[in-house]
Amino acid sequence: MNEDLYQKMAQSVLDGDSDAAAALARQAIAAGVDPLEAITQGFVKGVNTVGESFACGQAFLPELVMAGEAMKAAVATLEPEMQKRGVQRTMLGKVVLATVEGDIHEIGKSLVGTMLSASGFQVYDLGVDVPAARIIAKVQEVGADLVGLSALLTTTMVKQKEVIDELDKLGLRKKVKVMVGGAPVTRDWVQKIEADGYSEDAIGAVGLAKRLMGAA
Amino acid sequence: MSKTIQSITNPKLRLEILTPQEVKKIHDATLWIIEKVGVRFPSQRALEIWAAHGAEVDHARMVVRASGELIEKALQTCPPAYSLAARDPQQDLPLDGNHVFVGTDGCGVEVIDIQTGERRVSRLQDVRDIARIADATEQVGFHWVPVSAQDMPPETRGLHEIKAIWENSTKHVQTESVYNEREARAAVEMAALIAGGKEQLRKRPVLSLMQCSAPPLGHDGGSMDAALVAAEYGLPTGFMTMAANLTTGPATLAGNLAVGNAEVISGTALLQLAFPGAPVFYAAAQTASDLRTGGYTGGGPEDFLYGAATNVLSDYYNIPLSMGSFATGAKEPNWQAGIENSLSTFMASIVMSDMLLGVGFLHGSRIWSYAEMMMDCEIFSIIQKTMQGIVVDDETLALDTIAAVGPGGNFMTQKHTLKHMRDVFLPQFMDRRPFNEWEARQDDARDWALAKARTTLEKHQPDPLDEKISAEMAKIISAPEKK
Repeated sequence: MNEDLYQKMAQSVLDGDSDAAAALARQAIAAGVDPLEAITQGFVKGVNTVGESFACGQAFLPELVMAGEAMKAAVATLEPEMQKRGVQRTMLGKVVLATVEGDIHEIGKSLVGTMLSASGFQVYDLGVDVPAARIIAKVQEVGADLVGLSALLTTTMVKQKEVIDELDKLGLRKKVKVMVGGAPVTRDWVQKIEADGYSEDAIGAVGLAKRLMGAA
Repeated sequence: MSKTIQSITNPKLRLEILTPQEVKKIHDATLWIIEKVGVRFPSQRALEIWAAHGAEVDHARMVVRASGELIEKALQTCPPAYSLAARDPQQDLPLDGNHVFVGTDGCGVEVIDIQTGERRVSRLQDVRDIARIADATEQVGFHWVPVSAQDMPPETRGLHEIKAIWENSTKHVQTESVYNEREARAAVEMAALIAGGKEQLRKRPVLSLMQCSAPPLGHDGGSMDAALVAAEYGLPTGFMTMAANLTTGPATLAGNLAVGNAEVISGTALLQLAFPGAPVFYAAAQTASDLRTGGYTGGGPEDFLYGAATNVLSDYYNIPLSMGSFATGAKEPNWQAGIENSLSTFMASIVMSDMLLGVGFLHGSRIWSYAEMMMDCEIFSIIQKTMQGIVVDDETLALDTIAAVGPGGNFMTQKHTLKHMRDVFLPQFMDRRPFNEWEARQDDARDWALAKARTTLEKHQPDPLDEKISAEMAKIISAPEKK
């Protein structure tokens, strides 16, 4: 009975139209549609379709990112209704993301955040120039499964290790997987600091996060 | 070893990539961006300078909005031409609009080891080795710190790197790896040792600084503070934009040029407001992000167009340009590397960009390859030769010789041939051998380029830096290390 609405929801994500997605989410709430159904039957279908066209080379990264943003807008609109009904989306995991202290490079980290969130992760993005202590505090506060650390400079890259060492000291290292990224990050570096993995792009980061969660 | 530095000069080739009207339109768009949208300057010192000159400063967001009038007035004090000084004055580089020089590229994180061929993390010894080889080549006119000395402490790494280059070469040094005020002050002290004091340094800047902006429409605070120190002491300073289509800039080329231009000229204007007349240069390595990964591409038609368009902008502001060319995205020296590095360098050269950056890298300026370095030098030589164009006069028309040979003869035995045969380009790394010779060995440019780099490293002895100066530099570096 809601097929038409679900289809429009999927389309809004396909179009990368955040305003339309949010409007459809509000429409669903007003019509008493189950918010979880709206997500799984509607919006997620759109994300999956874009993902499939991307995988076969027909869609490009900006389309994926915009679909991710539309999805985020829809979920944010549905969030209060889900709370009211006492229901929760099943997430793949909780990720704390940050660009490390002394480094202001944001865009790669934010792209990873959008893609993770569109793929079903709960993302806590702390922004840029974030000291290790704040990252650790957030990890503990939300009970994160994953930490993603970005750095663009060889001089700030060392802060990735600092966060890992801190997690180690607190005995959190087994529970919390660490993924790192940024132009100077290499496999050797990942091995040296004993991170759990790295990716050179946002799509790879999603695959990595899923693998680290045992979900792929 | 020859001290000559090859440059492109008095070119015969020309390209009109943007009309004067189009340049004006980009300039007006840039001023609109700076005035209406603003540029982020996360440096207290920078914000104070802007405020003192009447710009609108949002301290909470660290965003500056400056009128077009203020920017244009500030830019008027930029010196249009000056020289990059070298430890050996014979190797000074005039940035006068009539020379194109190439430097080593920077700043990478891995090196393909010259002996073992293994790819590994870069260290200080690599900076020394690359400097030594670059010192010997005719093509490399100046050094950019090529790779990061990751075996040195992060706080003093940038200083160890410039010391290592000065100890292994007499050519000009430019660094993009000095990120804060403290490091910049130490770097000035070190450069002054070579120049013979701070006043001399002003006349003979043996060091220049390049700072990357933080696109879109931002600067890095530490870099900005470092740039202000450099400008104070008369070290040539440039801001480099790498605003890229799709991610840090709009998808369209004109819009991305405007974003990059806003970053560069706002930073440049700030230096002029603080220190009018300070030598500055424009720097850019704009590109398109990859449609699939969002990553840096390091090549492609967009890069080639930016390579030619940017010098038109820097000429509009009458300041020298350092243009990103080379820097292929290829993972090894191959077809892609040849195309990208040749076309990007040709397009940046045909408009007479003053400095080109630079030779030696694979994978978008991340992995240093000695073979690529030597082959890039050859690309520069080919373009240098091409840019000379075709000279048409009585001597080159050679009518007497043509008449002497007549129909059906050959020119090999002519004096005119003997006189001019060396005008013909002789490649070092192109395979022009008979097929059977290739078949017997099956080697190619990559092998010869690597062999040449190895021999050079083994044999070339650069003029040493005075040991006392080295020792003084070490003291300056160790001061913050001890703290």
